[in-house]
Amino acid sequence: MVKALREEVKRLFEEKKVDLVIGWGKGSLPMTATPIFINKAEDAERLIWDETCSNNLAVYLTKDKRQLVKTDQKIGIVVKGCDGRSLVLYAVENQIQRENLVIIGVPCAGVIDKKKVLKHIEGKEVLSASFEADRMTVEGRGFKTEIAKCDVLSDSCLNCNHPNAPVFDVFIGEPRKSDSVEDVYPDVEAFEKLDSEARWKTMVEAYSKCIRCYACRNVCPSCYCTECFVDQNDPQWIGKSPEITDTLIFHLGRNLHVAGRCVECGACERACPADIDLLKLNRKISKEILERFNFTAGLDINEKPALASFCENEKQDFIMG
Amino acid sequence: MQEKDKKDWQPKILAILCNWCSYAGADLAGVSRIQYPPNIRVLRVPCSGRVDPMFIMKSLQNGFDGVLVSGCHPGDCHYLSGNYNARRKFAVLKPLLEYIGIETERVQFSWVSAGEGERFAEVVTKVTNDIRKVGPAKRLVKGVVSW
Ligand code: SF4
Ligand code: SF4
Ligand code: FES
Repeated sequence: MVKALREEVKRLFEEKKVDLVIGWGKGSLPMTATPIFINKAEDAERLIWDETCSNNLAVYLTKDKRQLVKTDQKIGIVVKGCDGRSLVLYAVENQIQRENLVIIGVPCAGVIDKKKVLKHIEGKEVLSASFEADRMTVEGRGFKTEIAKCDVLSDSCLNCNHPNAPVFDVFIGEPRKSDSVEDVYPDVEAFEKLDSEARWKTMVEAYSKCIRCYACRNVCPSCYCTECFVDQNDPQWIGKSPEITDTLIFHLGRNLHVAGRCVECGACERACPADIDLLKLNRKISKEILERFNFTAGLDINEKPALASFCENEKQDFIMG
Repeated sequence: MQEKDKKDWQPKILAILCNWCSYAGADLAGVSRIQYPPNIRVLRVPCSGRVDPMFIMKSLQNGFDGVLVSGCHPGDCHYLSGNYNARRKFAVLKPLLEYIGIETERVQFSWVSAGEGERFAEVVTKVTNDIRKVGPAKRLVKGVVSW
């Protein structure tokens, strides 16, 4: 797989189809991959593709990271299913020029959440990690542990129905057959069943851990406004200190800004140093939008995001009769 | 809160009203001398499409016990589609607030036209009664939430 990827990228350079390729390379620590930017065929050897390639590389096409890529360049980008959905979103929102992009799809069986691995081994230092089909082995000073991969998969991968990029120019290997998960939101449903008091308590407890580092926003491919509402001073929407109501409103505000645009890649949750279950809110919104408007973000290049469109005669049961 | 205060407590409700319909509906209720509870404070907006969900959350954070947003009936928006866009936002905001544990009664939406003075009074009465039932807001209120 990795070999095929490297060869394909090499070919793209040789045929002058790309000026730059964004992909994953080996990270400096075990269990990490790092985004790499390649501008010549030889460097294709640095590319990797495995369970550690969790970053959503689409972010590098927007935000201030735009400086990294010149607009007239032909850019190749390696994408999993969710990253590919971000690209569809960007095309819909006119953030990229599709014809300048060579989308290189890779079949994804889920990426790991390093925080989950560390929890599993009680925070011990990992010196090396290796992967097999359904398990991983981590080794450190004085220990070697096998962990089932399903126990350490990123939350975003647990109920994923879109393992391949919906739109691509080349695909490495065979697109992965989707598991066709029927119950996509069991976590949300379980939370909905709790009573209102318990839901509130859980939220306060979870979000009071937030240190307002904004890592979640910064890694989010759907959060690319040049000025975020949380940074505005006039009006100042959100107080600057990590006071709980400000923090909650920051998150609700962010969730609403990515409503119908969140591709559920889980980048926010993996980036959070406070280990907050951030997808709980995003996924609630996605579920609501799927049920109400039969819409899933980032699948169709010709469909506007749910909150940027409407039908005249849709259900309005939440409005007083 | 003291027992005594509870009895004297009056809900404070923000009514965000579209200039072209519900605001005029409120006016009509007034000139027609239709009685309704005096618990609302009116914020006039050019269109329900102007209402950012942030307005609603900030109102709750700053001490309103409830928020009512009212605009033109579907098809009657002065700007053609403002209320349709607003409706999509509310369709997400309402269940989201409920999900995190905000009582569903606190945030309500209605369509009231300029000619519906009577209906405006009914809507305000219902919202006020609903909020009376759930009591003073505590969750999401700055300075009140303990954690
Ligand atoms: S909100 Fe989180 S899951 Fe959704 S697109 Fe942004 S980073 Fe990905
Ligand atoms: S990454 Fe985590 S701690 Fe940082 S702002 Fe987001 S939720 Fe808060
Ligand atoms: S003008 Fe009244 S809702 Fe748009």
